[in-house]
Amino acid sequence: MSQITVRDALRDAMQEEMLKDDKVFVMGEEVGQYQGAYKVTQGLLERFGAERVVDTPITEHGFAGLAIGAAFLGLRPIVEFMTFNFSMQAIDQIINSAAKTHYMSGGQIECPIVFRGPNGAASRVAAQHSQNFAACYSHIPGLKVVAPYSAEDHKGLLITAIRDNNPIIFLENEILYGHSFEIPDIVEPIPFGQAKKLVEGDDVTIVAFSLQVKLALDATINLQDTGINCEVIDLRTIKPLDIETILDSVRKTNRLVIIEEGWFFAGVGASIASMVMSRAFDYLDAPIEIISAKDVPLPYAVNLEKLALPTIEDVISAVQRVCYI
Amino acid sequence: MIFSGKYKLNNSQYLESYNKMLLLRRFEEKCGQLYGMGLIGGFCHLYIGQEAIISGIDLIKQAGDSTITSYRDHAHIILAGTEMKYVLAELMGKETGCSKGKGGSMHMFDVKNKFYGGHGIVGAQVPIGTGIAFAEKYQNTNNLCFTFLGDGAVNQGQVYEAFNLAALWRLPVIYIIENNQYSMGTSLARSTFMTELYKKGESFGIPGFKVDGMSLESVYDQGRQAVEFVRNGGGPIILEMSTYRYRGHSMSDPAKYRTKDEVENYKSQDPLVQVKEMILANKYANEEELKKIEKNVKDSIDEAVEFSTNSLVPNEKELYTNIYVE
Repeated sequence: MSQITVRDALRDAMQEEMLKDDKVFVMGEEVGQYQGAYKVTQGLLERFGAERVVDTPITEHGFAGLAIGAAFLGLRPIVEFMTFNFSMQAIDQIINSAAKTHYMSGGQIECPIVFRGPNGAASRVAAQHSQNFAACYSHIPGLKVVAPYSAEDHKGLLITAIRDNNPIIFLENEILYGHSFEIPDIVEPIPFGQAKKLVEGDDVTIVAFSLQVKLALDATINLQDTGINCEVIDLRTIKPLDIETILDSVRKTNRLVIIEEGWFFAGVGASIASMVMSRAFDYLDAPIEIISAKDVPLPYAVNLEKLALPTIEDVISAVQRVCYI
Repeated sequence: MIFSGKYKLNNSQYLESYNKMLLLRRFEEKCGQLYGMGLIGGFCHLYIGQEAIISGIDLIKQAGDSTITSYRDHAHIILAGTEMKYVLAELMGKETGCSKGKGGSMHMFDVKNKFYGGHGIVGAQVPIGTGIAFAEKYQNTNNLCFTFLGDGAVNQGQVYEAFNLAALWRLPVIYIIENNQYSMGTSLARSTFMTELYKKGESFGIPGFKVDGMSLESVYDQGRQAVEFVRNGGGPIILEMSTYRYRGHSMSDPAKYRTKDEVENYKSQDPLVQVKEMILANKYANEEELKKIEKNVKDSIDEAVEFSTNSLVPNEKELYTNIYVE
């Protein structure tokens, strides 16, 4: 075991896969000479050269479409969006070309591509640079959506994403890049669709993904002092969703709190709540609580920004509500 | 770099092309008929009038080259090598269709023949075709990607993002603008301020040439020079092929935005008639032999209709297959 940042774990995953398979290459803005806008691709250019670490102009729709074409021919592109906010420029290619062509071609065309980059709110960058697209991408058949928390999961899931023959939306988080975690010396690929139970508890199930897992863990420690034992489930992949692990937990705790950084309406939490209601209604002792961003564009001012995003206080009070405390 | 009259068609190329063009013409006419009978649904865009373009390019294309186009794609996939019956079965939504009945008219694919669609979003095929060329260069092949777009697509932003990348990385791609004068019902002059479409690559450093798309000879001659340029590492090139579609944009379009005189004027330059007259004038074949070609074409279309009619609709289980690669 050793300590590693999420940033380095991501780089190591790409490096290992690029060493194994010549068809894997990285493309995006500032991924090469600049070493990555957030330094995730640090050192890759020196190691693999400009043919495989391809700096692009600021042209998201163009290079996303180009990479999809390259994937149709059998290459395995890793496309870095400087942030997923800019993937909106490329949304037509991601939805209409990457996600659907396998189906529309009757299974002939495969699109083995990874779109990765930071997603969600960073800090004080305001509305256009602070959106969480987990729900948006999860809505589309044909895409798989991954949003890990720990360094090991970032590495293991990115390896799986690169080897997968489908288009993968790999959602990272800028704040998490600098977080350090324990990591084993060898990280095996982690299958999609398997949530991870991080804390065992009997009283309330808290489901979260990406940075919000930290909120769940912090709230759990806090709540222990008041005698409430939370079970924390890290989704890791949103699509495919490991609903069984959530259901098993809810059948034990009878209470569910879901945290997501995105907006409430038509969100990931709403979908999970619907599935739990239809499959474990009789096990619920309280209405499901969803803690999400407020339904506003993210403001710049520090006090307003804090009000707009889920906080530990929100989580604690939601847990208390489902426990009727 | 490209001038007219460098390459001439020979006797057998004329006959081969006449056969293909006639097949495409009759196939599309049959599609129109089947659409009218309710056997083809949805959107259906016919290629009638534009046949010289894909037929001329087909004489130049080499094994290993890719083709990608928009939704007016029946002719492109057939000449890419897909048997007509699989194309017609796709149009009729049958399980034997080239996309298993899941794509329809606008979303035809045949990977085996390096035909990469069939794209329903105007202009989306341009970055993808550029990416296919990127992959060819990445793998050090000598293959090209023929990327077709219409005059409507030249007002889409992603086309220019792709132009820039193709020029920047010297990618082996030929952009063929099939300028049939109308983007749906909007004439070129009403949609594009600068109507010389072959110049649309100038600000990216991509050379462009205007070609008479009603003339098989011009398409072949200038197309072949363009291919040589790209295959020799010259980077991307644009060919604007002026052409005309005789039918409306799609089956639901009576084309009231243009005059009868205009349509008749283009029909008087009909590419198929031109080729036929060349063949007869030069005695490459006589009327009798051409009639035989016509009969063979008719028979093969009848066969495709029979095949498609007798094919089954997809099994309901197919609803849930091919969403993901297993």
